[in-house]
Amino acid sequence: MANVTLRSVRKTYPGGFEAIKGVDVDVGDGQFCVLVGPSGCGKSTLLRMVAGLETVTGGEIDIGGRIVNGVEPADRDIAMVFQNYALYPHMSVYNNMAYGLRNRGMAEAEIRTRVDEAARILELTSMLERKPRQLSGGQRQRVAMGRAIVRQPKVFLFDEPLSNLDAKLRIAMRVEIRKLQRRLNTTSIYVTHDQLEAMTLADILVVMNGGQVEQVGNPLDIYEKPATTFVASFIGAPPMNLMSTRPEEIRSQLAGSNAADAGIVGIRPEDFVITDETPAGGVALPLTVEAIERVGAETFVYGSREQEDQRVAATPGELPPGEVIVRIPGTQAPAIGARIRVAAVRAKLHLFSDDGRTRLNG
Amino acid sequence: MQKQAIFQSKLLPYALVAPQLAIVLIFFYWPALQAMIQSFLLQDAFGLSTSFVWFENYIELFRERAYFEAILRTFFFSFAIAVSSLSFALLLAVMADKPLRGSMLYRTLLIWPYAVAPPVVGVLWIFMLHPSLGVLSRYLRAAGIDWNPLLDGDQAAALIILAAAWKQISYNFLFFLAGLQSIPRSVIEAAAIDGARPMRRFWTVIFPLLSPTIFFLLVVNIVYAFFDTFGIIDTMTRGGPGKSTETLVYKVYTDGLLGGNLGSSAAQSVILMIMVIVLTGIQFRFVERKVTY
Repeated sequence: MANVTLRSVRKTYPGGFEAIKGVDVDVGDGQFCVLVGPSGCGKSTLLRMVAGLETVTGGEIDIGGRIVNGVEPADRDIAMVFQNYALYPHMSVYNNMAYGLRNRGMAEAEIRTRVDEAARILELTSMLERKPRQLSGGQRQRVAMGRAIVRQPKVFLFDEPLSNLDAKLRIAMRVEIRKLQRRLNTTSIYVTHDQLEAMTLADILVVMNGGQVEQVGNPLDIYEKPATTFVASFIGAPPMNLMSTRPEEIRSQLAGSNAADAGIVGIRPEDFVITDETPAGGVALPLTVEAIERVGAETFVYGSREQEDQRVAATPGELPPGEVIVRIPGTQAPAIGARIRVAAVRAKLHLFSDDGRTRLNG
Repeated sequence: MQKQAIFQSKLLPYALVAPQLAIVLIFFYWPALQAMIQSFLLQDAFGLSTSFVWFENYIELFRERAYFEAILRTFFFSFAIAVSSLSFALLLAVMADKPLRGSMLYRTLLIWPYAVAPPVVGVLWIFMLHPSLGVLSRYLRAAGIDWNPLLDGDQAAALIILAAAWKQISYNFLFFLAGLQSIPRSVIEAAAIDGARPMRRFWTVIFPLLSPTIFFLLVVNIVYAFFDTFGIIDTMTRGGPGKSTETLVYKVYTDGLLGGNLGSSAAQSVILMIMVIVLTGIQFRFVERKVTY
């Protein structure tokens, strides 16, 4: 039962490198907060600061109404699941889970009850006597989860817990983690670089870049109304098409609408339709089909525009200039080399300022 | 899969290993064989006749009270040297493992003593602790301790243990540091979050994870204390006063080269050889399989 509040939290390393440049996040009681961003954006550092494994050089971290800046990790009433699981290799599964309880002087009978309960929930009952090296990756992951839940802490912290698992197991564990968190109703902070994981898990999504928060909010709100071009291209796969409004081809179509001062226009691949019509206030583009990817339910069309595009603000996952991705139903598949015309309606356009830092339409 | 070199001639590979083989045979197997033969022979006092006496040298040896005393003394020295050197090295390694300023310099300096030859170590410590020349001896006397390792056997033994342990600290430190650095940081962080204070973290997580290193070093240190302390003993005490610092290896030297009893000396060498074979056997057996934790 705890809120976690970060108030202008900063981290500057002794060398002068500023890893976290003032972050404000408020995670409500029982909420699942996901920190997402490219590698090096500071999301893991921020999580480690909440855990107490990194010092805080500015601002305040508040867990359940208590400022914990100077509090030892052990006294913050948190539990953490590490990327490499960090199990104690010389201890059995049972002892791995019991260790934190023993350190707190809990009675052996109570420890037994709690560990058995956690093992039952996580389906580890038959493995309690095994050593970590005798377990598969998914089982180790569950032991790490078990070690966190037996403690019944105020806050769970997850540091990319699924990135060492194979794709199939990752999806299964993702669902497990979400179910478990709902059931225990424990405030959680989860770090990942995988936007799909972030979208599916989060109650509150925090998109980070370069030590700063780009946007905080409900995942779908962020998807529908990205605040910056960074968020627009980072959230959603395949990424949003971001195009400069400078070429005459686009400028002429946008003219007259209230978006005249937009420097960048973004259109999600699924918002395009293949059509000869030009919707009023929308954008229509002629494309040459360069490649297609048929994945069953949908087809991705990679097209090139007639006119070379200028590079817009560089962001990870950005498309090469002049390339446009269109997502169409799996039943359609234009021939490679074919010339098609795609269009998106006005309501589906995302308009950004020239530097990509400001969203212009609501 | 092993890589196999292909040789055109069958003789070439033999020719290539021949120099190494020759060195091993001439300098290791030949003397060992000589010692074994010698241990079955008895020479008269004037060196005029030699007779084959089977195991009489060995039987004689085990009747000798001094030999048992030397065995006990050697075991005690090994134990004391290994324990003091290992524990001190571990303490230093744990300190050096912390992120601190100038840690590279600190580590380098700690490794230096390993490069000092054992007799030099002996001389260094004599300069510090010689009853009349030693710098530290003056302070010990001033503190009311009757310090005279030239006369007091226990003090002489302490001096040897101190010098021998000091020399081995560097080696142990190096392995401990490597061992500590191979423990994933996240495991220690997990223990910190799990509420283990630094001391408890050390004894319940770090120490067990270091156990393969500790075992390896224990064997290495015992072998060192058995055999490599010769130089230190020879420069510092020459086995004295009395026989209070005479280890098995030093006794081989005194009985054979100084006492002229080559048969007994050879028999002692053979026994030592068996000991070192056993120790090495244990080490390989466990290092190969790794100590399981």
